[in-house]
Amino acid sequence: MKILVCMKQVPQKDAPLKLNESATWVREDVGYEINEPDAYALEAALQLKEKNGGEVVAISAGPARAQTVLREALAKGADRAIHLEDDKFVTLDAFNIARAMAAAIKDEAFDLVLTGLQSDDYGYAQTGVLLAELLGWAHATIIMQVEAKDGGIRVKRELESGYFQHVEMPLPAVLTIQSGIGKLRYATLIGIKQAKNKPLRKVSYDEVAASLRPNQLTIEKLYVPKKTKQTEVIQGTPSEVAKKLVAKLRDELRVI
Amino acid sequence: MALKFRGFDLVEFDTLLSEDEQLVRSTARQFVEDNLLPIIEICNREGRFPRELVAPLGELGFFGPTLEGYGCAGMSNVEYGLIMQELERGDSGLRSFCSVQSSLVMYPIYTFGSEEQKTRWLEPMARGTKLGCFGLTEPDAGSNPGAMRTRAASTADGYVLNGEKMWITSGSIADVAVVWAKSDEHGGKVRGFLVETDRPGFRAEDVHGKWSLRASVTSSLSLSDVKIPKENLLPRTEGLKSALMCLNQARYGIAWGVLGAAMACYDTALQYAQFRKQFRDQPIAGHQLVQEKLVWMASEISKAQLLALQVGRLKDQGKAQHFHISLAKRNNVWMALECARMARDILGANGIADEYPVFRHLANLESVKTYEGTHDIHTLILGAAITGIDAF
Ligand SMILES: Cc1cc2nc3c(=O)[nH]c(=O)nc-3n(C[C@H](O)[C@H](O)[C@H](O)COP(=O)(O)OP(=O)(O)OC[C@H]3O[C@@H](n4cnc5c(N)ncnc54)[C@H](O)[C@@H]3O)c2cc1C
Ligand SMILES: Cc1cc2nc3c(=O)[nH]c(=O)nc-3n(C[C@H](O)[C@H](O)[C@H](O)COP(=O)(O)OP(=O)(O)OC[C@H]3O[C@@H](n4cnc5c(N)ncnc54)[C@H](O)[C@@H]3O)c2cc1C
Repeated sequence: MKILVCMKQVPQKDAPLKLNESATWVREDVGYEINEPDAYALEAALQLKEKNGGEVVAISAGPARAQTVLREALAKGADRAIHLEDDKFVTLDAFNIARAMAAAIKDEAFDLVLTGLQSDDYGYAQTGVLLAELLGWAHATIIMQVEAKDGGIRVKRELESGYFQHVEMPLPAVLTIQSGIGKLRYATLIGIKQAKNKPLRKVSYDEVAASLRPNQLTIEKLYVPKKTKQTEVIQGTPSEVAKKLVAKLRDELRVI
Repeated sequence: MALKFRGFDLVEFDTLLSEDEQLVRSTARQFVEDNLLPIIEICNREGRFPRELVAPLGELGFFGPTLEGYGCAGMSNVEYGLIMQELERGDSGLRSFCSVQSSLVMYPIYTFGSEEQKTRWLEPMARGTKLGCFGLTEPDAGSNPGAMRTRAASTADGYVLNGEKMWITSGSIADVAVVWAKSDEHGGKVRGFLVETDRPGFRAEDVHGKWSLRASVTSSLSLSDVKIPKENLLPRTEGLKSALMCLNQARYGIAWGVLGAAMACYDTALQYAQFRKQFRDQPIAGHQLVQEKLVWMASEISKAQLLALQVGRLKDQGKAQHFHISLAKRNNVWMALECARMARDILGANGIADEYPVFRHLANLESVKTYEGTHDIHTLILGAAITGIDAF
């Protein structure tokens, strides 16, 4: 099975948020990490390869720094990587990132594309789905398990309230993978060493520019939520206070 | 309360590291975060070495990482240092175990051993299926190992070893001991011998009642008429110098390791000071005296980081001298111990409880100050290097 894994580099979740001057995005000089669901997508791909053979290719669109994510994927066991390298990729919406990726892999014949369920920064949850549409392939979202079955795949989807759905799908297909579905492997030292010699293809912005369209989504303003902590002291005799409290809990806060 | 470590980088230190070096560090950091931190306080209380981590550490390639071949990854000395830093950010005990396995056992087998010895030991040691210990110190020979009493008498088909070794890390869990002894056959010169720990006459007894390195095994070894074959001599060892070459590897790793302990203490103290309020509802981080301590720690860690990196780069270029390593070990352990004491102070009464990692690091670092050449012995090594006068 030939598998492509889409991996994004996102600002570190725990780091303090620093906005750029125009307050439209995060400043460049923050710490970065692999988008968490993408790490699980890579893990799922590596496990599929271990069971069924084939190839795992990691792809990322982003500035030079995003190469770190691909190096880590290679160190963990991906066979090769594709880097759509340009600062401009940061400003593209999900629709255009999907278009850029589809253009970058047009000469390849993948059986399966795995993406994370959503990115920890934009949180669109759209890239995988749009990519499936552009490729004309089947897709399924919020996947917790994938296994090869009768030339296709069988997947487990997470539904609401603890329900799951098992679906059999043909290949080629695109799946968006849920975070936290298993244990992630570590990059071993030997893996890190070997990653140096694995192929990493760079794709420039110009190579895919013809496939792009105007962004359909723009971020107008980003701000840190204001803390609104209000303390209200309810006055009165104990029985009045109790009545007012119950009314508030029921009608305003709707917790009882 | 578990405060999540937020990293430490005040002088854009990371820009001095390659992508691979950063990846090695983040792997080690994640491993410690996932596997060591959840259990370390219990291990420390119980005085238990977390043996269950040995196999996974082996899988990652953390034993003998700088060696080439025999299942070892051939990483740089800087990468090795960063691994030590992250392990010791967790606990000096686990770092000590790795130092011994890598620098004090695999390194001498690799450097002074025969091809048969390397083939037999290195691969299983890299995987962690065989463990080693290093027996140099004796009850009456610590800072001055030249005074050792352990002897190797030659026989028709090998050697008979007699002696006592003291304070030996991993002694009772080791499959093989690198034992340093004065050899009759070589005119009383110190040589290194590989002693399988299941040989008759070999006994290891754990030291109990330690206040420090409680998550690491420390033992005394007693060798009474232990017979080993000729091929167990490490053929390329030449006097005490060879043992000191091993110590230099380990000391270099310590110079990095203690940065991790210092960072853990600093970051805990900083976070604590930011939420702990005393006087006028002010976070104690807003008091000048507390800031002075935090600034001292941050400055010293930054300087020590640069020192460790420079010595690592020298080592990778084959230019590191023994006194460079003494300088880094001495300075960095001292500053880490001071950081631990200051962090302990900033945490007030909470600083003495194992809800926070600070006191554990503080107690551990007291051992680290003593082993691998005490602080003062490194002063004398540096003194001799600077003045040309031996003051031991
Ligand atoms: C937890 C732990 C693990 C250890 N693991 C190992 C191991 O795996 N293998 C191993 O071989 N050893 C090990 N050691 C032993 C360690 O290397 C020795 O403790 C160290 O070398 C110091 O020796 P000593 O304890 O005999 O102290 P001493 O040599 O008695 O020193 C006591 C004090 O005297 C000072 N001193 C000594 N000589 C001089 C001098 N000429 N001038 C000024 N001051 C001097 C020292 O600096 C020190 O302050 C370990 C020790 C500890 C605590
Ligand atoms: C084993 C033990 C037994 C104890 N027994 C008792 C007991 O029997 N009865 C009892 O009442 N208490 C007892 N205590 C509590 C002890 O008195 C307090 O721990 C001590 O007063 C410090 O308070 P704290 O721990 O809250 O630290 P904090 O007051 O939070 O201080 C933390 C750090 O901030 C510094 N700091 C605080 N304010 C300032 C400032 N304005 N400027 C500069 N620096 C500042 C402190 O010096 C310290 O370094 C005990 C403590 C221990 C550890």
